[in-house]
Amino acid sequence: MTGWDVLQDPNTQWVLIGCMLLGMCSGMLGSFAFLRNRSLVGDALAHAALPGVCVMFLLTGAKSIGLFLIGAAVAGLLAIYSIQAITRYTRIKEDTALALTLSVFFGLGIVLLTFIQHSDSGNQSGLDKFLFGQAASLIASDVTAIVVVSGILLAATGLLFKEFKLLAFDPGFGRGLGYPMGLLDGLLMLMLLLTVVIGLQAVGVVLMAAMLIAPAVTARYWTDRLGLMVILSGLFGALSGALGTLFSTQIENLPTGPMIVLAATSFFLFSLLFSPRRGLLSRVIRFLRLRRKVLHEDVLQALYELHEQPHAQLTATSFTAEHLSQKTGKPRRRIQSALRALWRLGLLDGLESDTIRFTADGLVAAHQIVLNQRLWDIYHMNENQYQSAGIDKNLEEITPQLSPDTLAQMMKQLDDYDLTPTLLQKPKPAVSVPYTKKGGFSL
Amino acid sequence: MTDKKTAPPLAVRDLTVAYQKKPVLRNVNLEIPEGSLIGIVGPNGAGKSTFIKAVQGLIPVASGQVEIYGKPYRAQRKLVGYVPQRESVDWDFPTDALDVVLMGTYGRLGWFRRPGKQDREWALECLRKVGMADYATRQISQLSGGQQQRVFLARALAQEASLYFMDEPFAGVDAATEKAIIQLLNELKAQQKTVLVVHHDLQTVPEYFDWVVMLNRRVIENGPTHEVFTADNLQKTYGGRLQTPTSPHFAAISPRSTSASNNPTPTATGITLASSFSGTSCTTKQGDQP
Repeated sequence: MTGWDVLQDPNTQWVLIGCMLLGMCSGMLGSFAFLRNRSLVGDALAHAALPGVCVMFLLTGAKSIGLFLIGAAVAGLLAIYSIQAITRYTRIKEDTALALTLSVFFGLGIVLLTFIQHSDSGNQSGLDKFLFGQAASLIASDVTAIVVVSGILLAATGLLFKEFKLLAFDPGFGRGLGYPMGLLDGLLMLMLLLTVVIGLQAVGVVLMAAMLIAPAVTARYWTDRLGLMVILSGLFGALSGALGTLFSTQIENLPTGPMIVLAATSFFLFSLLFSPRRGLLSRVIRFLRLRRKVLHEDVLQALYELHEQPHAQLTATSFTAEHLSQKTGKPRRRIQSALRALWRLGLLDGLESDTIRFTADGLVAAHQIVLNQRLWDIYHMNENQYQSAGIDKNLEEITPQLSPDTLAQMMKQLDDYDLTPTLLQKPKPAVSVPYTKKGGFSL
Repeated sequence: MTDKKTAPPLAVRDLTVAYQKKPVLRNVNLEIPEGSLIGIVGPNGAGKSTFIKAVQGLIPVASGQVEIYGKPYRAQRKLVGYVPQRESVDWDFPTDALDVVLMGTYGRLGWFRRPGKQDREWALECLRKVGMADYATRQISQLSGGQQQRVFLARALAQEASLYFMDEPFAGVDAATEKAIIQLLNELKAQQKTVLVVHHDLQTVPEYFDWVVMLNRRVIENGPTHEVFTADNLQKTYGGRLQTPTSPHFAAISPRSTSASNNPTPTATGITLASSFSGTSCTTKQGDQP
């Protein structure tokens, strides 16, 4: 069967819809769990679900998603209670309590699962699929259950968006507002639990946690708004679900869970590297750019200040790269490369004879840089005087933020400290970097 | 007692709070007058933050009653605004300044309802009051510490409460923020609101607050600043860790305090604190001096 034929099959379509809805739920709810630093709770819940499901099967002998839901919910609640009880009544910290509970419940689940498989009815139970998931084993009633449960979960997330935001950002404040934060936390847990249960058959207990974490972490790379993050996370989850299902239905004996998780992880890896603001690549580029900019400014400033020294006259004296290297404390190699770049920009001259001078443009640029630096110095030295001037310290340039009066006051102070840049008499307001309220770098 | 007009904004009787068996606050009794700015001072570990958390029911108490305008806290929740310490949340949370301030309106909105256009305008107005209107759409991690503090203040304002609790709003903020906070406190006072502020900087207490609660695991003093903020009471609160040698303010009140005036390096503030007491401009222990 080729890919297209498979998609024509109504059965596969159902399975696909089921897995996409599952991915969407786990993505959206996972966002809140992730922001609340509860990512691992999902893991504990998933592992704890296994013994719950097995006990239910042993008790009733039936394979029904409704019954499994109850079993998994009971086991999950027990696991959460154990974690809380261990942290409250012993000196054991939460991470240890989580690991402990998770492994004990999972161990118990494996024992029960092995027992069931070796019993008479066990071979047909298909419970072993719960470890890694098998989308193809979903039957119509399973998919219906997934659709119903995820419908409820999505609606509840939409309704409680504001409350969950409060829970994730500042539960203490939420309690002060009168919201029962404990109850909301419990509700979020319960919803995570439901997601885990509907995901058992498709993704499996072992990897369900990744479905809760990976889409959320991925989405965080692309936005700074919670609403958008939750939606993106849902989309990434759904997309992972679809891709994983397609692969696993195409190729025989390929478990669905790992395929979905691999898809989700590749989205994550891509975002980690290439997302525009938080990605590693853009951070490296930003860092290198900043480094180069600082180097260029330092060289211009150093040359300016060398000129400013007594008896050094602008036209008569020039300086060598060695002078600049000594003045800035930077290695010759870096100075040379900065000099070449500044020469290409038409700011410096005299490189070939190692008698470095400013061009007319270069002098203006250097003057601006020096003035900006020294005004900041003045500002920081006399911060109390300038409180009301509304200056944002995080911005790079101070001059565009100053009213004429404040500027005059600062220039006067520069004079008092004997810091006035002297090489250009009239400072031109030639602003090289446009004034923007957007924040600085976040490296 | 139950009338909002006559009952004090905050009345605490026999409040005891214990962390793991050890009492942090013991037998706290006090009443706070309406429409005043109240500074809560005391050494580190004196239970200042614990106190304001306990009266709001944010941490369990071992015993005692707290009444807000004559009724238990639960019934009066809407009248109380809270500014927690800035470090209490993760500022890398995906949201902007306006959205955080909008959270102040959530109590009024109730379950399921989302903030509307009016709420949004109100939140913007609150940001304006703390001088942060230009930063409404900025991601909160891109704000400086002082700006984050002001966002928290704006959020409390958006609650439209009558009684405010603030946990060290002045800690580690820049001059502009300090000024903005003071302006805001005075505005709140002018509206007959009551503000309790956990405060670290003893120098500014007489200037900022008209009522002081001096706390060291129990209430040492509780009263108008000009009456209770004396060198004697500071000694009682901070013990030997505090000396008040050269300040005319304290010298006038307590002649005994001048006995320490052989201090070779008199400080500009006149208040010299042990190094265990952080937050003031000078932290020199007596024994450390030459």
